[in-house]
Formats: sequence, C-alpha cells, structure tokens
Amino acid sequence: MSTETQTQSHEHGMSDTGYIKIALILAAITALEVSTYYVDFGPLFMPSLMIMMVVKFVMVVSYFMHLKFDSKIFSFLFYTGLGLALFVYIVALATFKFFIA
Amino acid sequence: MAIIERPSSEVATPAVVAPSQALGAIRRPVASKGWRSWLFTVDHKKIGIMYGVVAMVFFIVGGVEALLIRLQLALPDGRILSADQYNQMFTMHATTMIFLFAMPMAGAFANYFLPLQIGARDVAFPRLNALSLWLLVGGGLILNASWFLGGAADGGWFMYAPNSGPVFSPSNGVDFWVLGLQIAGIASLIGSINLIVTVLNMRAPGMTLMKMPVFTWMILVVQFLLVFSLPVITVALVLLMFQRSYGATFFDVSQGADPLLWQHLFWIFGHPEVYVLILPGFGIISEVLPTFSRKPLFGYPFVVFSGASIGLVGFGVWAHHMFAAGLGPVSVAVFSISTMAIAIPTGVKIFNWLLTMWGGKIWYTTAMKFAIGLVVLFTIGGLSGVTHSVAPSDTQQTDTYYIVAHFHYVLFGGMVFGLFSGFYYWWPKVFGKLLNEKLGSWNFWFMVIGMNLTFGPMHILGLQGQPRRMYVWTEARAGEGLFNFGFWNMVSSIGSFVLAVGILFFLINVVITARNGKQAPADPWDARTLEWLATSPPKEHNFDRIPVVHHLDEFFHRKYEEDPNTHTMRQIATGEELIRAEEAAADSDIHLPGPSYWPLVLAIGIGVLGLGVVYGTPVMVVGAAVVLLASFGWVLEPSVPEAIDYASPDGDGHSKEIATHG
Amino acid sequence: MAETATHTDHAADHGHHSSTGLSNNKLAMWLFLGSECLLFGGLISTYMLYRGRVQNGPHPSQIYDIPFTSVSSFVLLMSSLTMVLAVTSAQRDDDARTNLWLTITALLGATFIGGQVYEFTTFYREGLGFTTSLFSSSFYSLTGFHGVHVSVGVIMLLSTMGIIKRNKITGNKAEVVELVGLYWHFVDIVWIIIFTLIYLIPS
Repeated sequence: MSTETQTQSHEHGMSDTGYIKIALILAAITALEVSTYYVDFGPLFMPSLMIMMVVKFVMVVSYFMHLKFDSKIFSFLFYTGLGLALFVYIVALATFKFFIA
Repeated sequence: MAIIERPSSEVATPAVVAPSQALGAIRRPVASKGWRSWLFTVDHKKIGIMYGVVAMVFFIVGGVEALLIRLQLALPDGRILSADQYNQMFTMHATTMIFLFAMPMAGAFANYFLPLQIGARDVAFPRLNALSLWLLVGGGLILNASWFLGGAADGGWFMYAPNSGPVFSPSNGVDFWVLGLQIAGIASLIGSINLIVTVLNMRAPGMTLMKMPVFTWMILVVQFLLVFSLPVITVALVLLMFQRSYGATFFDVSQGADPLLWQHLFWIFGHPEVYVLILPGFGIISEVLPTFSRKPLFGYPFVVFSGASIGLVGFGVWAHHMFAAGLGPVSVAVFSISTMAIAIPTGVKIFNWLLTMWGGKIWYTTAMKFAIGLVVLFTIGGLSGVTHSVAPSDTQQTDTYYIVAHFHYVLFGGMVFGLFSGFYYWWPKVFGKLLNEKLGSWNFWFMVIGMNLTFGPMHILGLQGQPRRMYVWTEARAGEGLFNFGFWNMVSSIGSFVLAVGILFFLINVVITARNGKQAPADPWDARTLEWLATSPPKEHNFDRIPVVHHLDEFFHRKYEEDPNTHTMRQIATGEELIRAEEAAADSDIHLPGPSYWPLVLAIGIGVLGLGVVYGTPVMVVGAAVVLLASFGWVLEPSVPEAIDYASPDGDGHSKEIATHG
Repeated sequence: MAETATHTDHAADHGHHSSTGLSNNKLAMWLFLGSECLLFGGLISTYMLYRGRVQNGPHPSQIYDIPFTSVSSFVLLMSSLTMVLAVTSAQRDDDARTNLWLTITALLGATFIGGQVYEFTTFYREGLGFTTSLFSSSFYSLTGFHGVHVSVGVIMLLSTMGIIKRNKITGNKAEVVELVGLYWHFVDIVWIIIFTLIYLIPS
C-alpha cells in the first residue's frame, strides 16, 4: 500500500512510504539522542541534543501533522502559540538567572 | 442554506446516516418557548442575553462588596467588617468584577453582536458556545459558594503565594477560588476558540478582514489574548491546587521553592488580561463615536493595528507588576521600556477617537456621553499608568491607593463606561425598545461624578502612603490639612454611593423600558454596521439572506451614496427600507443548529469533577462519569436536528417546528 | 476533545461558504494546540526551575532509567507513524485499514501509559513520592499531565474506532480521524521535548 497514493484527491503531499521514511529518520535521531547518554559528546553535548530535539519536533509538525502542506493560517495559529510560549517562559526563566548557573 | 459545525473542505463522502436520537434513547430538546428554550438553547443571541444577565447579577454582587469596603474605610477604626471579612471582601470584589462581570459582559456583547456584525447566522460551534456559558455560571457559583462554606478566598485577586498556601490561608476559600477560576478559565478558552473560528471562517461574502467593524476586530484580538494567556494561569492554578490539596510544595520557601514563580505565571496571564478587559470597551466606543459624530472612524487601519499591537506587546510587559519584587536591574529596565512602549498604540487610539469627533455633527445621546466619558477617564488612568512604567516611581506607589486609583480609572472609566455605552447603543437592537434618554442622562452624570469622587481622591491617599488592602486607618496617623486621610476617605466613600445611585438609575431605566418603553425604529441611530440590517430584535436566523459586503461600514454605504459633484453623502435609502428589501428576498430554506442537552450536562459534570478536589475522590468519579457520558452524547448528536426530533411524543409531526423558515 | 463531531449529511447545507475555505474543526484544533503550547511550556519551565531543588529523596540523575524511558519514547514516536497511516487510510475511505491502524496506535499509546505507570511505581518504591521534593512534585505534575493527555488520546482513538465500526459518525470521517491525529501527534511532540529536556539533560 505504497504506490497508489497518487489517487488520493487530497492536498497532503506525502505517500505512505514517505511517512515511513520520516519515521525511520526520527527513529535514527532518537537512537543518536540516546547515545549521548553512553558516549561523551564533550562540549557538543547540549547543542547537539537541542538541535536533534528541534529537528524531531519540526519534522513531526511539518510532515505528520501536515503543517508544511496545509494552509498558512494553521501554521500561524500554532506557531504563534509556540513562539509566545518560548518567549515568555525563556524570559521568565532568565529572570531567575536560570541560564547563567 | 447554512450553517455551522460543518467542515467546509467537503469530500464527497457517502451520505452517512446520522442517528436522530443521540445515544439511541434521548431525543433532543425542541422547545421554542419557556425556560427550556433558554436552558438548552444554542442560539448565540439567547446565550448572549444570558451572559449579560449573569454578568449583571455579579456586577451587583461585586458592587455591594465594594460599598462594604468603602463603608469600612469611611471613618477611622471602621467596625463594619472584621480584618478577615475585609480580606475576603476585597478579594472577592476584584475576582467577581474581573472574571464574573467584566469578561462575561464583554462576552455577552461579543456573542450577540459578533455574528451579526460579520453577517453570520450563528457562531462556528453553537453547542460549545452554550457550554462556555454554563461553565462560566458553574465557575461563578463555585467561587461564590465559598461565602457559605467556610469563608471566601482572602488572598487578594492575584493570590500571591506563599500567602495563598495552606499555612497562611487555611480556610477552603482559596480552594474554591482556584476551582472556580479554572472552570471559568475553561469556559473562556472554549469561548475564545469558538469566536476566533467564527471570525476567521463565517464572515459574509465580501467581508475581508479589513472590512470588519472595529468592535469585531477588538473582540478578535481579545480572544487571541485569551487563548494564549489562559493556559498560563491554568498552570499556576493547578500548581497551587496541588500544593493546597495534595501536599506539594511549589511555593513553599522552606522547601527551597521560589514564590516568584507564582508571580511570573500569574502576571504572564494577568497583563494580557488587562487588555482583555479594556479592548472590548475600545471596540464598543469605536462603533459609537463614528455613529454619533456622523463621520467614519478616523484612521480605521490605525485603530485596528494599534489594537493588534497592544495585544502583542501586552505579552511582553508582565513584570512591571513585579518591580518591587527584586528582579534585578536588567529585567526591570527591559520591562520598564516595553511598558512605556505600549502606551504608544494606546495613545494612537485616543487621537483617532478625538479626530473622529473633530468636525463631526455630534449627537449627544447617552451612548455618546459614555463613549466620550471613556476617552476622558481612560486617558487619566492611562497617564497614571505611564507613571508606573517608571520603575523608581512605581516602587513608591506599589501597594498604595495610587495603584487602586489608577486601575479603577482604567477599568471603571474605561471598560465599564464602554460597556454602558454599548448598553444604550445596542439596547434597541436586542430588545426592540429604546432605553429612556432622560434617565440615561441621570445615569451618566451620577456615574461620572460618583466615579471621580470615589477614585480621584485615591490618588492623593496613595501618594500620602495609605496602603492598599489596609482594613482600618486610625485618626492618630491620618495626617493634617488638605492631605488628611479622614477627609479624602470620606469623600471617596460618599462618591461610591453616588456611583451606586447612578447604576441604580440604569436598573430603573431597564425596568421602565421593559414595562412601557418606546418601540424603537429599525435604525434609531442612523448606524453604520451590518447588525442593523437585521430586524430589532433580530430573527432567530439573524439575516433573511446573507448580505454581500462591499464596504467597510456596509450598512451606511447601502443608505448613502457619494454625490460625484459635491463629494457629499446623500441618502438613497432608509434603514427600514433596506430591512424590508431583505425580508422580501429571504432565503427559502434555512437550517439552524438544534438545541441540545449536552452542553448543560457536560458543564455540570465538569463542575462536579472539580468539586471532587475539595470533597474527595468519589465526587470526582461521579463527575468524570457524567463528563464521559455527556461527551459521547455530544459526539453522537448531529448538530442540525433531524425532522423526527421535532415530532411530539404522540406523533404529531407539526407541533414543534422551530428552526426552519419559509 | 469530544468536540470533533461534525455534520455533513444535510443536502441543504451546500450553499454555505467558509471565508478561508478551511474547516472550522481544524482551525479550532490548531488553536487549541497553540494554546496547549503555553500550558506545557509552563509545566516544563516549572520543572526546569525546580529540577535541582532536592531537599529530600533521590536526585533526578539517581533515579531516571534512561534505557527504559528510551524504549517507551520510541514506542510513542512510532505511534505517530501508525496514526498518520490511519489518517491516510481514512482519506482513502478504507475503513478496515483505518480501524487496524487506529487499534495499533491505541495499543502503542496504552503501552506508553503502561510504561509510565511502571516508571511511577518504581520511582515511588525508590523513595520519590509526589510530595518528596520540589523536583518530584514538578516531575510528576509535568509527566502526569502528559500522561493524562495520552490517556485521553487513547480513549479518543478507541471511541473513534467504535463509532466508525458502528457507522455512527456524525461528520466527515476522514476529518474526524485527522483531528484525533493532530491531537495525538501533539502529545508526541510534547514528549519529544520532555524526553530531551527532562531525561537526557542532567541537572
């Protein structure tokens, strides 16, 4: 059930194989994430973990949740909430000197 | 033709036969008259009116609380209230006025007029709309039930931790407060999602965003503020609930906690909330001022964008409520500057209103008087607000009566005057009768004078150092001469009763108008926006046909046309003629969403579930069961009723037809 | 999330337009998810602030079982794949496949919840009660909130399946499945963040 997706009259531009590929990439990143627990990444530890987290997040949102293929209005609604959350909570944590310690 | 709760990206699905009787057993309600038609309604107009009634009741409750506070402080060593009762009184006064009066009253206007202003027949999710209302009622009841169940909350409306923890607030009052606000919060969240989708998706053909009336715009901004700020206070409330009911220590300093966490979470919500309160008032007077100045609103895009930017910047100023908390110089400086910045879009609006009136043929109706009152009084409150953005000055004023003076000018002079302006402006639309203008004038002048007498002296009291929330003051320390506490406290207390008389005039006006008010003409104010294209009061389906919009101020442009030679507007039709033309061309087949039991049942379930936090797990289980049942009933019930639902139990198929037309 | 019910079967409904051409339900769902970002953001920030504040009981690094949590994270991540396959099956109007994938998704979700129950009981036995320390309270609040979301999701999956099976759906079937899917994926992305920030980064 992988090739007949052309007949889907839907705007979502992914086939089932596409989704499986995404899932494999996600699984690989997760394995890499877990490996940081066993292997010492040194100074790269934090940045690499954060980058992998963001990549996974964006991939699920863009592909599994179709945000990449859907109306920009959906993206606006969701990313406004996400952006505000990042802004207010990072500022609040900063006032606790969270990022200095 | 119509409506509602229906996906538009319609794929040609095979006609799924929906069950006409939800859960196979219960037939949906169909009454079109009597109390059942209100209790189970999903009509945005009925829901709007109920919001208004509920809010008005709580306005009176909160007002009585305020009068008791002022009585206590009128004379030295007041004996009306004990210290404990006083704490409960000011906490519940603020909570009631903000969450149970101001927000629901704005919700009343939004519910009623937003669909009418955008040319829709209802909101996007009519049943969710009903759910919001009943959850709000439930939240309000739980909040106020605490008066009779061991004492109300007593920690001030921002309920700072650790003072609100179990050690310092041992009564159940704070528990009820936490619960009531969570439930009212769910109500607002659902309501705001509903209204945003309504504005985005249900506008009449041709009504682009920049052709929407300003009131609708401001309500849209408010709903975005709510959607993104309510979850933050929900977190705070949940943490406090876990601390009080389940022994966590989120705000317990002895366990290493940081009470500033509460302050941050509260004010990240609390400051956008301030704009949630004021922007509906701005929206209302942005309709009233042009109508009664006989001019279009000056600089419509500026008013819209300044409203939107107030909303956005409103998320970046919260810590100015915490200048006295010791955030450190960098944080204070940043928030000080962002706070000053937010005064700019607010100032833009004020100049737009002034320029709207400039050169207009002003018609001093009661609605217009209240609108002008807002512009003047809000400006005073706004200016004292700017003094708070200066951190050193704020440090002196924090927790004095100066703050009390400031936010009452902003909220009473701003929001309440806006709402009263709306009452007088839209009363004929909702009830078909004009409120008495003479009584309205008494109403207005008593309120203006009373409000300035009450809150004006508080500036002086505050600068003299009278602390906010002090339950008595003593003659010995009252000071002398012009700055004597006794004199100004007395003035303020007298003012509060003048204010109360003003509001009494309004209530009398409502009763007299209901008994023998004049039948209002179809277009009494020569209005500009689409809601006046419906009859007064509007029919159940709002518009006989969905209007096609070509202009900002569509209704005005259907009545007037520009003379190409003189460039003046000349009348080509009256409002009444337009309405009659619509009636003549009515759509033949209109399906409206049907009434439903489930919103009420679900709201009761959520209320019981919440009470389980105080009264134990069995109560919670019962609540959860009701919630689950109601959810399934809800999902399985089609939003538009089947014909069979209207059949009376004895099989007479014609007796209860309500929701079809033509 | 019972609000996902929709209604399409009225032939007379056709003249209706929606101004954006988008579905009301999807707009509402995305708004809700945008709002949920601030809910989980608050809980995560609370945890970040309090993770090192341990006056009693075990520290995070002493108690987390990274291999175990990695497996359950992986299970939840894969449930997103099965969910998306359920959505595409529903869009092809393939009821059998839809139900199959929904069942697998629900099973994976239930496995995750089972793992969380196991994790909580183990932690509790090792001396980490809800009220032990600020760390424990904020940990249980955050992961518990997430767990409740997953549980609600499992109920929604099973209900959707039951309703499809009994052909009682009151709306556009593909869209109902898609809405449940959006919610499900959101729960998954929250866990992606929790897994990294809470488990993998030591305090």
